Amino acid sequence: MTPVEIRAAVLDILEGIAQDDDLSQLDDGTAFREQLELDSMDFLDIVMELRKRYRVQIPEEDYPRLGSMASTVEYLTPLMKDISA
Amino acid sequence: MPKDFLAGAKSRYDVIVIGSGLGGLTTANILARSGYDVLLLEQHYKLGGMATWFKRPEGRIFDISLHGFPYGMVKSCRRYWSQEIADQIVQLEGVRFENPMFSLTTTYDRRDFTRLLTERFGVSQQQVDAFFDVARGMNFYDDRRETTGELFERFFPGRTDVVRLLMEPIVYANGSTLEDPAITYGIVFSNFMSKGVFTFRGGTDGLIRSMHDEMKKNGVDARINCGVDRILVEGGRVVGVSVGGRRIEASAVVSNANLNATIFRMVGEEHFPCDFVEQARAVRLNTTSTQVYMSLREGDDIDRSTGDLLFSSTARDFSTDLLLGRDITSRTFSFYYPESRPNPRNRIFIVSSTNARYEDWAGMPAEEYRLAKEDLVETTFEALEPFVPNCRDRIDFAEAATPLTFEHYTWHERGASFGTKFEGLEVSRALPERIEGLYHAGSCGIIMSGWLGTINYGVIVANDVDGLLLRRGTPKVDELSAG
Repeated sequence: MTPVEIRAAVLDILEGIAQDDDLSQLDDGTAFREQLELDSMDFLDIVMELRKRYRVQIPEEDYPRLGSMASTVEYLTPLMKDISA
Repeated sequence: MPKDFLAGAKSRYDVIVIGSGLGGLTTANILARSGYDVLLLEQHYKLGGMATWFKRPEGRIFDISLHGFPYGMVKSCRRYWSQEIADQIVQLEGVRFENPMFSLTTTYDRRDFTRLLTERFGVSQQQVDAFFDVARGMNFYDDRRETTGELFERFFPGRTDVVRLLMEPIVYANGSTLEDPAITYGIVFSNFMSKGVFTFRGGTDGLIRSMHDEMKKNGVDARINCGVDRILVEGGRVVGVSVGGRRIEASAVVSNANLNATIFRMVGEEHFPCDFVEQARAVRLNTTSTQVYMSLREGDDIDRSTGDLLFSSTARDFSTDLLLGRDITSRTFSFYYPESRPNPRNRIFIVSSTNARYEDWAGMPAEEYRLAKEDLVETTFEALEPFVPNCRDRIDFAEAATPLTFEHYTWHERGASFGTKFEGLEVSRALPERIEGLYHAGSCGIIMSGWLGTINYGVIVANDVDGLLLRRGTPKVDELSAG
């Protein structure tokens, strides 16, 4: 998957989790927590969905890397490059 | 011949969950829903753990731990259980405080709390906002050294009345004290503060029944009256459990039992390195409780302004230590009205809860214990009288539970009603690093206690187990049948 495809995949997961938020205005460089009503369980749900859909394993110590869309895509790019979209 | 509660059980599962508290139920449900083969073993004759209830003749039904939880339960029930379960959650609007410092009723949400703190307590809007922002910003994955007491001192120096308002409900929600890390307070407080206090409309029995149905649909093999004797470890790995004289194998075992019992009684300390055993031994159990269950005569009614959840205290000052002793000055009364807790005869039930110390109750001669229980009921009537006048005549049933009652039914060591103290969380989380395939998802630390906390901890652990099984290449049931 390319970074653009990974972004779309993460966005699709977020849409299921942050159902009350408008994601069209999401700023990739700003922390999710400053823009969306996300708590630590929501971040865990993102991790679980990524594993369920793409079999990507994210260890707990790397959770802080999922802070914003930009950092998430950057973190996932090497992990998901061999997955077909 | 006694009934074989393991009749038809397989000799091997992907995952065995020990204990059916809300954490164990949630772990089992998520993993089964993800396609794993899951066996759930409960020692008691019903599912639920501390999320339990009991019935008495003439339509009386009492909830043990259904006192109010944060709005987050709606989301957790919807995602990890079902929309149908989430739809049964309703708000409790009357959260009332009665003590020598103040008397007020609140919906216990951020807006009403801000109003009270600024208008009644004279705290500046700026100060209130700053406090809420800090509490809200706290995250489970953070590491913080500040204690709850220090947090209050930073924002409301010398204001014991404000501390009482902010702290008293949380002490009852999860047994935390001013000496615990601030994060244990912040997360729970901001959870409640987001929208207020909620309850499950069908009662605890309704919730557990719905969860049981959902688990069955997802294929969990749930067994009651099956107390696990040992968790089997071979070559540094979990291989299964020994239950009722049978060996049942599994790639992972999740214990929803007390942390202490898991390590020392079921696994055995010989399987852990010495430094870990020492760390586990140093984990303090949390406090326990006494409760008095009361039912009003059929047809009798109470004005709803009495409140849903009443934090009453006669102590002039606030201290978490006072909340624990047997010389009770503080009680939480939960009022269960027929509209929020339907029951066949439309009765009103009242449950009084106090935090307690196990050692104050253990080892008493039988007669002294009986009298102490009677005294507990009597003093509870006295404490209730200002809020429910003539309560002695109006209540036609009352029964007391002590730390020994909790110990008897839940098998929690020393009757601990909130699992272990905060340091237990580190030990609980470290188990899979010490023994591959061994997990714990029971109440430990303040964050992971209470109905929402324990459900969420069940989710966290289900995620860990799924990760392990995926690494090991365990095929899921649906993949097996498809292939």
